[in-house]
This record gives sequence, C-alpha cells and structure tokens, in this order.
Amino acid sequence: MRVRLLDLAHARSGDKGDTANVGVIALKPEWYPLLARELTVERVAMHFRGVITGGVQRYELPNLKALNFLLHGALDGGGTLSLKTDAQGKVFSTAMLRMVLDVPDAEATSLGLPAAP
Amino acid sequence: MKSLVRVASGQGFWGDWLEAPRRQVEGGDVDYLMLDYLAEVTMSILQKQKERDPRMGYARDFIGAIESVLPGIVERGVKVIANAGGVNPRACADALLALADQKGVRGKLALGVVTGDDLLPRLDELIAQGHPLANMDTGEPLSLVRDRVLSANAYIGSGPIIEALGKGANIVVTGRSTDTALTMAPLRYEFGWGAGDWDKLAAGIIAGHIIECGAQCSGGNCLKDWATIPDVWNIGYPIVDARPDGTFEICKHPHTGGRIDVPTVTEQLVYEMGDPHSYITPDVVADFTSIQLEPAGENRVRVFGVKGRPPTDKLKVSIAYRAGYKAVGTLVYAWPDALAKAKAADQVLRRRLEYLGLTFDTIVTEFVGANATHGPLAGAPSDAPEVQLRVGVRGQDKAMVERFTRELIPMVLNGPPSVTGFAAGRPKVEEIVAYWPALIDKTVVTPQVEVVR
Repeated sequence: MRVRLLDLAHARSGDKGDTANVGVIALKPEWYPLLARELTVERVAMHFRGVITGGVQRYELPNLKALNFLLHGALDGGGTLSLKTDAQGKVFSTAMLRMVLDVPDAEATSLGLPAAP
Repeated sequence: MKSLVRVASGQGFWGDWLEAPRRQVEGGDVDYLMLDYLAEVTMSILQKQKERDPRMGYARDFIGAIESVLPGIVERGVKVIANAGGVNPRACADALLALADQKGVRGKLALGVVTGDDLLPRLDELIAQGHPLANMDTGEPLSLVRDRVLSANAYIGSGPIIEALGKGANIVVTGRSTDTALTMAPLRYEFGWGAGDWDKLAAGIIAGHIIECGAQCSGGNCLKDWATIPDVWNIGYPIVDARPDGTFEICKHPHTGGRIDVPTVTEQLVYEMGDPHSYITPDVVADFTSIQLEPAGENRVRVFGVKGRPPTDKLKVSIAYRAGYKAVGTLVYAWPDALAKAKAADQVLRRRLEYLGLTFDTIVTEFVGANATHGPLAGAPSDAPEVQLRVGVRGQDKAMVERFTRELIPMVLNGPPSVTGFAAGRPKVEEIVAYWPALIDKTVVTPQVEVVR
C-alpha cells in the first residue's frame, strides 16, 4: 500500500550554516519503528536529489519517536550568503513529508495506516 | 531554597512580538523573564550599527520591553535576563539607566552587565598566540578573511549571569551568551546546582532550548493539527515551571491562545538540532535522546529523565566578516502561461547580463508559486494564476551587482508579457556579512560582571 509520509509524521526544520536539519516525528508512537526502518539515509538522499549538494546524516530519537536528518549543502551557502527564499531551511520539513512509502498491505492494515489518495 | 521557579520566555529573537514581554509579566506570577535577542547574524548587524554610532550595537527593542514590564520588576520583584547587550552591553546599560532616571525608578534597579565575550580587540593577539580560529565547517584558518572581520564573540555560559544575580542584580544584560544559559542560569542560581550536577544542568539547558524561540513551542509555527490550534492571535508564550530535582514543566498563562502538548514541544526540541547525543554548551553537554515528555494537564507538558555530561574545554566563537554583495529582485507574471513567461523572462535577463559582461559568484532563479520552497519536489504546477520570478545575484564587485538591479524593471516593457509587481522599484544592493563559526580554548576568555545601581 502506498502511504504518504505526510499522514504518518509531522516535522520541523531549521538551519546551521549551509546545513538544513529536519526533525521527523511519528504522529502515533506505534508508527515510529516503520519510520525508523523506511527513512534510511539512502532513501532521504534520493528524495532530496537535485535539491541539496551534500550528504545526509541521520540520528534516532526513540524517546521522542523522532528522527533527525542533517541535509548538507541545502541552503546556497546558508545564512546571509544564501539567495534562496528559504535561506534558513524553514520549509524543508514539509518538503520531506512529500515522500510516499510503499508499505506491505498486512503491516499497513495492522498499523491502521491511511492509504495515499 | 524555593521548590518552584518560574521562568517566562518573552522574546525568541530580535524582531519578535513587542507585546510578549508585558503579557508574560502581567499574565500571572513569574520569577524571571528571559529575553533572547541574538541569532547568528544579529551580532554582525549590531556591529555595523556600532561602527556608525558608538552608542549603538545592542538590541534597542529591549529598552521598550523593560519599560513595558517596569511595574513587574519594581513592584513584584520579577527579574529579567537578556542577551540584549549585543556587541555593546555597556551602551545598553546606559540606555536602561537613562530610562530608569526618566521613570524615577533608578533606586529600584540593580543592573548586572556581563562583558568579556568580545574577542575583536584581541583577535590578532589570539591568532599570534596560536589560536587559528579555524572555520568549524570548512577547516580554513581565520587568517583567510582576517582583514574583513567585523565582529568576533565567544558564546559564554551561565557563570557570569549567576554571579550578577548573586550580587543582587534584578536585570542582567549580556553580550553573546548562549541562548540556553539565559534560562539555565536562574535555575542554577536558585537551586544551587553545582558543576558536577550534570543531569540537572542539562535539564536547565533543555528547558532553555524549549523556550528560547518564544511561541515556537506553544503552538506557533506548529505543523501538527495547525488549523485547530486555538486563538493563535492571542498566543501564550511559554513558561518553565522548574523544580530543584531537575524536572520541569512547560506551560503558559491561563486565558491565552496557542497549544502546549507533547507534539508542540517535540517540534521545538528537534528545531535546529544537530547530533542529539551531544548538545554542547559551555556548561554541560546535554543528551537529547534522554529526554522524556508526558502530558501533565491542559497546556502543560512534564519533562524528565534528562542526562548530561561534563562540557568540553572549548567555547564556540561567532565571527562575522564582509563577504561581497548581493541583490534580489522580483517580477510577477500572470495567467495564461504564467510559469512559461517567467521562465522566458529569466532567460532574457541572463542573456542581457552576459551581453553586459556581468559576472557573479552565483545567480539563483526561483519561480515563486512553482518551485521556491520545495524545488523539483513540487512537480510541475498546472495553470498557475500567477508566478513570481525571483532572481538573486551574489558577487565581490559591487558595481556589477548595482548594474544587475537595473536590468529587471526594463523587462516590464521590453520582455515577455502579462508582467506586474514592480512598484517597489529596483532591488537594493546589500553588503553580505557572513558567519564564521570557530572554537577557542575556554581559558583565554574571561567574562566580567559589573552590577550598576
């Protein structure tokens, strides 16, 4: 079943220099293991291909049911150097949530995941 | 010892809501009002202001904020802690004393002034002594941009703020203190936490991180269920209700809007997060993977379980340097084919810049309404009613950037059709002041504390 990340998580993003951070937080605690399994460094790097110029780092916060991603080379130099509208990475959060996951039907049903429209 | 200390956040950055400090002091009992004015780029803006006028260089909004909460300070004993001093804490103190004289409350104020974070006068000496102040991101030595440095400030911790409180200050003004120390210092002072109480110190830092961006933890900029957050117009800024054991609750005054629950606090916890295992401050290294949150009543979240460990022997230094010029301009293209017209205009513009022999370090084009926020992830918009063309250039040659600003508006008459949105005139050329993060040995930075009555 195809499931939108938007329906599984909420998120907030910010900046440190030319790096954007995106914190992805499971909307239900029981959905966190799925996010931790699916949102790999490779998957997120693929998602942001053509958007960022550097690599991706990932940290787990099971206590907050959250993952933190650092997206390097995301902000055209960042801070005052950047010419981008989103120079401080404020909306990388919702850009991340555009991701759509393929979840096995049985798992999606048992977790009560909403299907992508 | 008090069993409960209440620290209210009244400002999350310079430019935040002017009403918030007064609302925090008048809305109920609080012990401390914490005002955070400094972001990475703020110090350089303040340094430029100080160059023009030696009495400037601090966050002037702070004087108005203090005026709005004077009754709370004078009659109810609320204490204020702020990093409003910027690059000129003494000038900030002078302006406060002038206000106190004008209001006839000079005898009621004891003003703590924390200095010593400013490394600019010592920069050459420090480099000569073997402190390279290498860029934390690139590893390059500061000597590369030394002749263009505008300001250099060490991030200092809770120690000097605690010293000022101990000397009886009821307003403490610092320069480049860490944002989180503004909240942790009064807790450490009131509860007598020592160096070695790492878990409690880390809890104080995390309390500071949660409230340092003002309403961003109480329903502001909150994505989850954003449309149902009540009375955002009347949003309540956050308050830390802290206990001596290092646990605390995040709450807000009654009869205010917004929302405080586990999701709103979690969104703020992950904001600007790096490695969550090591949130490094001058006082302690906090571990965000230890934080436990639980609901504790309406608009109230309990935070517990926080772990900390000893700090490093370095302080972070925020250095600002001149890094060329930039300008950004916009035009708006209307239906039909709004995006196609905006793209054609971008091509026209780029050909003309080339024709004029103008070269830049970078040219960035965005189509607002199509790709400015999510880039290619947004896909292709169909039949947009309008698209804003937004073009920015950056370079070292000011004259070339100036010339660029003359090339946008002519396209209203000599480029693709259905174009408007040029009433603001030519784009403004800005000098870029860039940020150079570095580390320095703690031992070479000596904060000073003075209490003025």
